Amino acid sequence: MAAEKKTAIPKDIVALSFEQALAELEAIVARLEGGQVDLEESIGIYERGALLKAHCEAKLQAAQTKVDRIVVGADGGLKTESAEIG
Amino acid sequence: MADATDAADNLSEFSVSELSAALKRSVEDRFGHVRLRAEISGFKRAASGHCYLSLKDDRAVIDGVMWKGIAAGLRFLPEDGMEVICTGKVTTYPARSKYQIVIDHMAPAGIGALLAQLEERRKQLAAEGLFAPERKRALPYLPDVIGIVTSPTGAVIRDILHRLDDRFPRQVLLWPVLVQGEQAASQITAAINGFNALPPGGDIPRPDLLIVARGGGSIEDLWAFNEEAVVRAAAASGIPLISAVGHETDTTLIDYASDRRAPTPTAAAEIAVPVRRELQTQLLDLERRRLGALGRNLEERRARLVSAARGLPRLGEILGLPRQRLDAVGDRLPRALMVNIRHGDARLSRLTPRIRPDMIRERVALRRRDVDEWSRRLAEAQSRRLITERQNLTGLGKLLGSLSYRGVLARGFAVIRDADSKPLHRAADAHPSMPVSIEFQDGRKTAVIEPGNTATASTKPSRAQDRSNAAAKKNPQGELF
Repeated sequence: MAAEKKTAIPKDIVALSFEQALAELEAIVARLEGGQVDLEESIGIYERGALLKAHCEAKLQAAQTKVDRIVVGADGGLKTESAEIG
Repeated sequence: MADATDAADNLSEFSVSELSAALKRSVEDRFGHVRLRAEISGFKRAASGHCYLSLKDDRAVIDGVMWKGIAAGLRFLPEDGMEVICTGKVTTYPARSKYQIVIDHMAPAGIGALLAQLEERRKQLAAEGLFAPERKRALPYLPDVIGIVTSPTGAVIRDILHRLDDRFPRQVLLWPVLVQGEQAASQITAAINGFNALPPGGDIPRPDLLIVARGGGSIEDLWAFNEEAVVRAAAASGIPLISAVGHETDTTLIDYASDRRAPTPTAAAEIAVPVRRELQTQLLDLERRRLGALGRNLEERRARLVSAARGLPRLGEILGLPRQRLDAVGDRLPRALMVNIRHGDARLSRLTPRIRPDMIRERVALRRRDVDEWSRRLAEAQSRRLITERQNLTGLGKLLGSLSYRGVLARGFAVIRDADSKPLHRAADAHPSMPVSIEFQDGRKTAVIEPGNTATASTKPSRAQDRSNAAAKKNPQGELF
């Protein structure tokens, strides 16, 4: 499976939200477990499942709290500055 | 009169101004700080910001004034009919012979009054459809950027950030606001609208979820979240919005307008994001099942293939029987050919002795005799037929002779012909002076038709008449023909 991780994730999967990707992955696993899929198709969706999983993992890993506060300028314009919240 | 004058002498004399000033002093000294319970009536806010109103009960009324600074600091909106408790000082207005109370504090008389106002506003906004369930938007399952509208200090923002960190750290944009006091409602409104005004993909990331939060407090403390502007901003927000104001038992109007109400700020963080570890576990489980399922799929298919292959007969078995038949037939083929040849030979040998020339010669002699006989009979029949035909011909010749016109001439008639030897059949054909020939039985003579005589034939005075002559037609003799 190491090879799959190196594969670039296609755009249509990158565009998916975590929830959409997870839901599709669940559907794929359910179909594979059902055993009713043609062999060729089962390999195709198996590989797509790997890409969906990689996409979900990326979404899970890129998680670090970053807090900025909105500052309204005198002219009404907005900017942000890093906020230290005790 | 004298009594009256004496009486007047005994009283000190005031000018109007003096009396008014004395009254003013007395009133302000005596009622410099009073607490008054009353019902508001005739409430007016002037353009200057000062408020004028009457305070009344069932039997009396007193005018009141609330200067701009005090009016702006009120946590509720004074309305006619509202029962309030005011503190202030009573003062007079000498120019008009009036007195009034200058209010320096006003509060609704009891929670009941505020709640009644709240309920009234809730009904009005509900009637507009601002709280309709179909207006609620679904919250994103995993927001990337969370916008939080609350005070930058205090426990609320810390609680939310800590809970987000525990569950699923996210990027947070804090829009700091006052959450109570006179500026609170307008700041909260501006923050909600400001987040919604952020363009997607701009310098400041547009949040995909908003949390509007405040810690617990009295109903007056939470009042900003009941203000119409705040409620309308929350209802109009294009970004899904979680409200988390006060404790679980506190309900403010923003809770009706938000897409989801959280009982506490901490709960808002729990609603906002799933737990990362749970998702990772779920993902691992799916991965394990995905790997296993394909393996099982392949294994199951391999097993089916093996069992199907086992059922397949071997090629040798399939071909064996036909080959056997082929071999058997192949062996028999040359033998069958030889047998067949020998069989033909035998038939030939049997027939050969039976073919002799004398068999044919006899038949030829026989047939030749037949030919001779038939030839003789043909010649006889031929000569008989010739005799008969000759007799017939002779008879017919006689008949022909008897039918010839010459026979008629022999009986004394004549034929008249024109110069071209064509017989004249009618008198009309015999023109005057026309040369004609007359044929008798023994020869011909020439004659000429008499000129000028057209009425009668003027042939020779003989019995011979041309049967075609016109004149002969009038002759009875001519009619014989």
